[in-house]
Amino acid sequence: MEKKVIYELKSLYRDSLRIMGYQFGEGKPTICIVGSMRGNEVQQLYLCARLIQKFTEYEEKGYIDPQYSILVIPSINHYGMNINHRFWPQDDTDINRMFPGYNEGETTQRIAEGVFHAIKDFAYGIQLTSFYIPGEFASHIRIMKTGLEDIETAKLFGLPYIVVRNPRPYDTTTLNYNWQIWEAKAYSLYTKETDVIDEKSVNEGMNSILRFMYHQGILTKSMPGGYMTEIIYEEQMISLKCQKAGILKRFVDVEEHVKKGTLLAQILDSYDASVIEEIVAPMSGIIFFLHVKPLVYGRTAVIKMKVE
Amino acid sequence: MIENVTEAMLPVDEKYEIKKHRIQKGTSQKRICIVTGTHGDELEGQYVCYQLQEVLKERDDLNGIVDIYPSLNPLGMDSMNRKVPFFDLDMNRVFPGDSNGSLVESVAYDIIQDLKGADLVVDIHASNVYLREIPQIRINTLQSEKLIPLAKHMNVDYIWVHSASTVLESTLAYSLNDLDTPTLVVEMGVGLRITESYGHQLIDGLLNTMKELEMLSMEVPEVRIPIVSLDQNVHFLNAKYAGLFLPMTSHQHMVDKESLIGKIVNPLTGEILDYVCSPCHGLLFTLREYPLVNEGSLIGRILEL
Repeated sequence: MEKKVIYELKSLYRDSLRIMGYQFGEGKPTICIVGSMRGNEVQQLYLCARLIQKFTEYEEKGYIDPQYSILVIPSINHYGMNINHRFWPQDDTDINRMFPGYNEGETTQRIAEGVFHAIKDFAYGIQLTSFYIPGEFASHIRIMKTGLEDIETAKLFGLPYIVVRNPRPYDTTTLNYNWQIWEAKAYSLYTKETDVIDEKSVNEGMNSILRFMYHQGILTKSMPGGYMTEIIYEEQMISLKCQKAGILKRFVDVEEHVKKGTLLAQILDSYDASVIEEIVAPMSGIIFFLHVKPLVYGRTAVIKMKVE
Repeated sequence: MIENVTEAMLPVDEKYEIKKHRIQKGTSQKRICIVTGTHGDELEGQYVCYQLQEVLKERDDLNGIVDIYPSLNPLGMDSMNRKVPFFDLDMNRVFPGDSNGSLVESVAYDIIQDLKGADLVVDIHASNVYLREIPQIRINTLQSEKLIPLAKHMNVDYIWVHSASTVLESTLAYSLNDLDTPTLVVEMGVGLRITESYGHQLIDGLLNTMKELEMLSMEVPEVRIPIVSLDQNVHFLNAKYAGLFLPMTSHQHMVDKESLIGKIVNPLTGEILDYVCSPCHGLLFTLREYPLVNEGSLIGRILEL
């Protein structure tokens, strides 16, 4: 394993921002895994740390095919993470909206360019990421439909779901989109949590990456298990919105199968706890996304369901 | 008449409302919309919304509808937050919105529905807390043919026709123009502050434009002729070092090639880290207001003349 500085930015009063890469193997650039790009993606940081631990062990035991190299970048915006802030501390910009970056541009454009320069030539790119609405997800691989996407290969992760998303204009500056434009096969891995660590979901995510790498011949140690993956197009999911605002009381968990008519959640009046709205499954299906904050606004998608 | 454009409930005993003030006189259905406050830290438009109403009260020649939307992001404005609090989302990246989407997306959808069909929408921005801008209108190349003639009536110093960017497709202005509702983006001043002279300049431009739209019939102030330029004439000055930026020239000044714009210093060591010089002869139309810079922070923009 070689630990190297991918990009360094000097600061006036803070320690330099060092974006670290952990490289395993010395062969052709084959797979790059990028962890936390936002300052609250703690689960994504931890998942990378566990992968680095595992790859160190695999390297010692000779389980990494020497013709390939693996690069893991566990954290990019730890300037934000160290002060509990999701985006870039000084100007609140999102590094994941700055790709492919620009080395003579503004600070986060330079960071994006510095990172992208180091990772754009990998054959496979996996980004561990999170959604802008705080909530829990069923673990899945998300792929942007750019015309260059490779959905079949994504099944090799063995996760229960692949979600295919039609990119919106603002998606075109994400790492995932630009990786694809540079002809890498790019996958975004969503696990259950973001700000907190869910060990079970971390294990599932880590095993899915090890499984994918084994199937691609990068690792020689197999990772048994995995699911017959179901492909979901984002528009096939239904959003269940509340109209009222108040305290959210949930009765289901992500990945739970529910029957039509099941009571999924209630909105309680925030002064007297009376039930002011009930959210009921309109069809049978699987809970894919759950709003988790205890307070909920009106007109908010509290649950996303994959209908059976 | 004060009307609600959209509303939703907040968790604890509060209604989320976006309001507009409709001023309607005469028989014409021509409509101009003055929109501001998408970013909660931009306040220059507040003065324009107030002062324009003062000016209109003194006139009796209005024939049409003036809709004033002073705050599209009231939660952000109230909390000195550029973005929409709770979602930590830039509201000007979610248009045209989605009636079935999250709260912010469905609010964005309602705003578009309310504005579309207007004869002109003027979306007033105030840069951010880092940079000061001269009064200018920014137009996407794709929409320039239709918008430049309108923008020339607005009494701004500069019309910047910038290249198309996919990110900008998520803005209010792009979305409305895409729906054939002419929309001009004004940038002027600096975040969290009001520059009254810029406000008055823009109000003169609004009155002139309303006369061009035949919404006013009596005399309006004369307006200046703006410089119109494309991207290739604009030079960006970015900080080479992290430090404290001290300007050595004034905003909105003509600068010569290699003249000093400012210096970056280190207050800890007492060193001068860099002198920032102009790469060309031109107009310094953007200048850094917030003194601390990271490597790469924008210090200024110069329009080469």
